[in-house]
Amino acid sequence: MSQTATRAPAPPLVRQPSAIQLGLSRAALETKIFFRERDAVIFTFSFPIVLLLIFGSIFADDLEGTGLNVSQLYVAGLIGSAAMTGFQNLGIGIAMDRDDGTLKRLLGTPLPRSSYFVGRALNTLFISFCQVVILLIIGVALFGLQLPSELSTWLTFVWVFVLGVLGSSLLGIAVSSLPRSGKSASAVIAMPFVVLQFISGVFIPVNQLPAWLVNIASVFPLKWMCQGFRSVFLGDAGATLELTNSYELGRVALVLGAWVVGGLLLCLTTFRWKGRRDG
Amino acid sequence: MTTAVRVRGLTKRYGDVQAVGGIDLDIDTGEVFAILGPNGAGKSTAVEIMEGYRTRDAGEVSVLGVDPGRPTREWRSRIGVVLQTADDVAEATVRETVRHFAGYYPNAKDPDQVIEQVGLTDKAGKRIRQLSGGQRRRVDVALGVIGSPELLFLDEPTTGFDPEARRQFWELIGGLAHQGTTIVLTTHYLDEAEALADRVAVVAQGRIVAEGDPTTLGGRATAKATVGWSEAGEHRSQETDTPTRTVLELAQRFDGEVPELTVTRPSLEDVYLRLIETPS
Repeated sequence: MSQTATRAPAPPLVRQPSAIQLGLSRAALETKIFFRERDAVIFTFSFPIVLLLIFGSIFADDLEGTGLNVSQLYVAGLIGSAAMTGFQNLGIGIAMDRDDGTLKRLLGTPLPRSSYFVGRALNTLFISFCQVVILLIIGVALFGLQLPSELSTWLTFVWVFVLGVLGSSLLGIAVSSLPRSGKSASAVIAMPFVVLQFISGVFIPVNQLPAWLVNIASVFPLKWMCQGFRSVFLGDAGATLELTNSYELGRVALVLGAWVVGGLLLCLTTFRWKGRRDG
Repeated sequence: MTTAVRVRGLTKRYGDVQAVGGIDLDIDTGEVFAILGPNGAGKSTAVEIMEGYRTRDAGEVSVLGVDPGRPTREWRSRIGVVLQTADDVAEATVRETVRHFAGYYPNAKDPDQVIEQVGLTDKAGKRIRQLSGGQRRRVDVALGVIGSPELLFLDEPTTGFDPEARRQFWELIGGLAHQGTTIVLTTHYLDEAEALADRVAVVAQGRIVAEGDPTTLGGRATAKATVGWSEAGEHRSQETDTPTRTVLELAQRFDGEVPELTVTRPSLEDVYLRLIETPS
């Protein structure tokens, strides 16, 4: 029995487990749990695939003077969408964690708060990565998508993907505080995501959208992620389809980087560990 | 004996409601301490302040020598918390969950031993979603004690249990107390407090209205006793300060066995209901 109770806390005799290691352990558990909720798994992975199959089959026209077809445009757009899964996945997932007692339970343990987010982020990265791989396989197999052959293009893919996933995940963490309960979360968070997909060039090319909508979309990361992925998968031939006749990769990096920093600040200032009824 | 929890002048207000209106408490190391009170009496608020979940408006609180208003990781690894309700980790199995949480603590117990201790060995491979309410609560306790806490908080642990599950749960808690874990328990079940606690504090309207051994609480041991018996086909009773003498007199009168003899003191429930009455 401890004899130190009323005195200063005993010096830590045993080393606390490292925050990174615990983050990996959280990621493993989250991923395991994710794959056990079979309906959610099927929905998460089939949604972009079904959209790709539908849109890719309906709009198979060639894009004038580019040697590309519309379905390839959809592959690039839907990869952008897949990289933004974190927004939806985290926005809903964390709202539910807050509601079902996960966050409260974790708060009562010595788990560092950062480990929770590391676990969530790695889980999201993994799910997004799986979605992108599936989309690429379908794109190549059915819609004549050309995979880039140059290393520098793949590097562009990696930074767009990582910055995009990070920025949209942070945005997802921030919006998870908006729904009043876990039950309302999917409605509250899915709606803006769908709107964002329509105005960011996922389903409808940006050069067919009214300027004011594009201006709104330009504030959010999805438009820039899609633009980055178009540069990777459509190449120089597709640049003429962009509003500025260029993929503006510098601006893509700038906006996505700003979302990572801004999203982090937003999370740090607005994140709620407790539900509304917990006071 | 050292003090595990020390509280002085604790207050907490939500808007117009004074949830905790000045509580003083000392809980000794190794003790099982029950905080008893009706819903809304402020007991959960007080305990959540001690657990480091809520901020306080005023007063001093020391839990294992640390101010829970500034919880540290090191301190968190020395306490265990079993919250009122949780529906999390539903898709993980019992063993996976207990093993995962063991990784959070520098001094964790063996997960399989803890699962056995809470009586879930034959459910260890089941997903938590498939467990009954009582079994889920056992998982909560397993997660509360996996880090070998010096102090364990249990917030209304048996609400919604059937009588048999409650008995089993009490045995589990009794076993932990026997191993020297300090336990702070909130409950609104009097029999639970009586069965488990060394000491009880009754909280009403945010204040402690009585504190002590559950058998002597509120002058229960020295209150008038009621002796009852049956005579000429009628039930008779007598209130007395000296029940032994009354019983002896009856024994002489009946020359041996007194028909339907009972001697009763006010139950904990009688005392409790009197204590939590709103002062008019």
